[in-house]
Amino acid sequence: MNALYAFITVVILYLVVYLGVGRMGLETFFGVVIPYAAIVLFLLGFVFRIFGWARSTVPFRIPTTSGQQKSLSFIKNNNLESPHNTVGVIGRMALEILFFRSLFRNTKAEVKDNERLVYGPDKWLWAGALVFHWSFLVVFVRHYRFFAEPVPGFILGLQSLDGIFQIGVPVVYLTGAALLAGVTFLFLRRVVIPQVRYISLPADYFPLFVIMMIAGSGLLMRHFYKVDIVNVKELAMGLVSFAPSVPEGLGFIFYVHLFFVSVLFAYFPFSKLMHLGGVFLSPTRNLANTNRVKRHINPWNYDVKTHTYEEYEDEFRDVMREAGLPLDKEESVLPLEKE
Amino acid sequence: MTDAGKIIAGIVLFLVIVTSPMWYQLVSGSTPGAPKLEMPVDVTDCVEGADYMRAFHMDLLNVWRDDVVREGDRIHVAPDGKEYDKSLSRTCMSCHSNKDAFCDRCHDYAGVKPYCWDCHVEPREQP
Ligand code: HEC
Ligand code: HEC
Ligand code: HEC
Ligand code: HEM
Repeated sequence: MNALYAFITVVILYLVVYLGVGRMGLETFFGVVIPYAAIVLFLLGFVFRIFGWARSTVPFRIPTTSGQQKSLSFIKNNNLESPHNTVGVIGRMALEILFFRSLFRNTKAEVKDNERLVYGPDKWLWAGALVFHWSFLVVFVRHYRFFAEPVPGFILGLQSLDGIFQIGVPVVYLTGAALLAGVTFLFLRRVVIPQVRYISLPADYFPLFVIMMIAGSGLLMRHFYKVDIVNVKELAMGLVSFAPSVPEGLGFIFYVHLFFVSVLFAYFPFSKLMHLGGVFLSPTRNLANTNRVKRHINPWNYDVKTHTYEEYEDEFRDVMREAGLPLDKEESVLPLEKE
Repeated sequence: MTDAGKIIAGIVLFLVIVTSPMWYQLVSGSTPGAPKLEMPVDVTDCVEGADYMRAFHMDLLNVWRDDVVREGDRIHVAPDGKEYDKSLSRTCMSCHSNKDAFCDRCHDYAGVKPYCWDCHVEPREQP
């Protein structure tokens, strides 16, 4: 049912471009106004969300139990899983952001044949997520060729690596196909596994459908319903140089692609997709486990006037000695000096 | 705000990356707009309509290649009834003889590098 709501939303959005461009010919609106609005919303929304999170209080350091923390010198510690310094934190963050370290730890619980509960590793989500995110990144970076003149050399290098099998003309980019496969897998995972389907909301399906539309229309545009890439680049370069112009004769499929990209960007800051920024602010990942090494004082603690026993003893030492009371300082220092 | 320095540095980095095409355009100072191509002078028609060629010439070449290499079919009939040899070097390049100022100029702009010329001979510069 939740998947259906998201699907209907995507169909309505498709009808919007269909009516707007296909029927009413609002090319400038869909080619210039909406993309600009989407990118402004994306940037402002993103920054506001980050500042919102940054303003909230940083919790006490939470050691996660996945590695031995730094303690005594003869106990081997694991500086990647339980870092005690900045280098270790950067390493743990890099593993998390680039390779989804904590998804790799994913386990599943299953009731096996004679009603035994069995826990086992479950790497499918990790593998699917890795394929999906990395191909998205590569596809995204490759699109730089529409927005940069001259096209930077590393984009050309990335393209020839991506099309290394030289399948067909124009060559099939592996990441383009992998992106569609990855997003399809992530969707199927949500509908096939009953427990995951039960907890999936329309907001979980919607971005998947939007990305399916983007990847689908992109692949169709590259291999089947061609558009003139020179015109696309003119539009894109016009947008980045703030002299937008809409070339004649860009195909409808291009507007579908561009509209759904705009939808994704505009929707981004208001949705779970903000994990792109949020992952950098995860307290269990980005705070070094220095609970034992350093004293962390709650920053908003009331400034209590204290009088420690040490200070108390310093103040009343003479009186205490006269009264024959035991003294911390003299007792601990004197016996050592006698030896 | 805790860690204000790091947060602001991160946000600035993010903004610079997302808006990098703008800065790239400012720095490179290139004029947006399609490159000027050197068109054949003595003929007026391509092997198919110009609009079709702009978007589909790679598919046409792919079909030609399969037709020639697999079917032995070497004759292409243009919409105006003219017949052409289905050949990359001999047909396309006989009219579009300056590869640098036609194919390459457009491909550089669009960021494509066809690998065909690893094997196929490109026309030499006219003296
Ligand atoms: C109007 C600009 C333009 C001109 C002129 C042009 N091309 Fe292209 N060509 C393109 C674009 C754009 C692509 C990439 C299409 C894509 O990425 O979907 C392309 C792709 C190709 C490809 C497929 C390459 C690949 O790996 O994807 C071949 C082959 C090709 N062109 C051959 C030629 C030849 C030969 C000529 C000269 C006779 C030529 N083109 C002239 C714009 C042009
Ligand atoms: C008989 C000469 C001739 C042959 C052969 C020929 N072309 Fe053309 N081509 C032209 C002419 C003339 C134009 C300009 C047509 C126009 O503007 O209406 C043109 C236009 C084009 C364009 C569009 C350029 C633009 O920006 O408008 C492309 C791309 C192209 N040709 C590629 C090819 C390819 C690839 C081949 C081989 C399959 C080929 N041509 C074979 C004469 C030829
Ligand atoms: C590995 C080398 C190689 C590469 C790379 C290559 N070809 Fe070919 N091509 C051949 C050979 C060999 C023939 C057969 C020549 C013949 O029988 O006349 C051929 C034939 C063709 C033909 C028909 C005959 C002719 O004279 O042109 C076309 C069209 C063609 N290739 C297009 C392409 C295109 C387009 C590309 C790039 C996307 C390409 N080829 C890349 C080797 C290559
Ligand atoms: C979130 C951003 C985007 C994603 C995920 C995306 C995805 C894709 C994919 C998967 C393809 C198939 C071919 C390939 O793998 O390169 C593609 C092609 C294409 N995209 Fe995008 N796209 C995005 C943004 C854009 C934007 C902003 C434009 C507007 C300039 C655009 C224009 C195109 C064009 C013209 C093609 C056809 C390329 C060709 O024929 O070679 N895309 N896109």
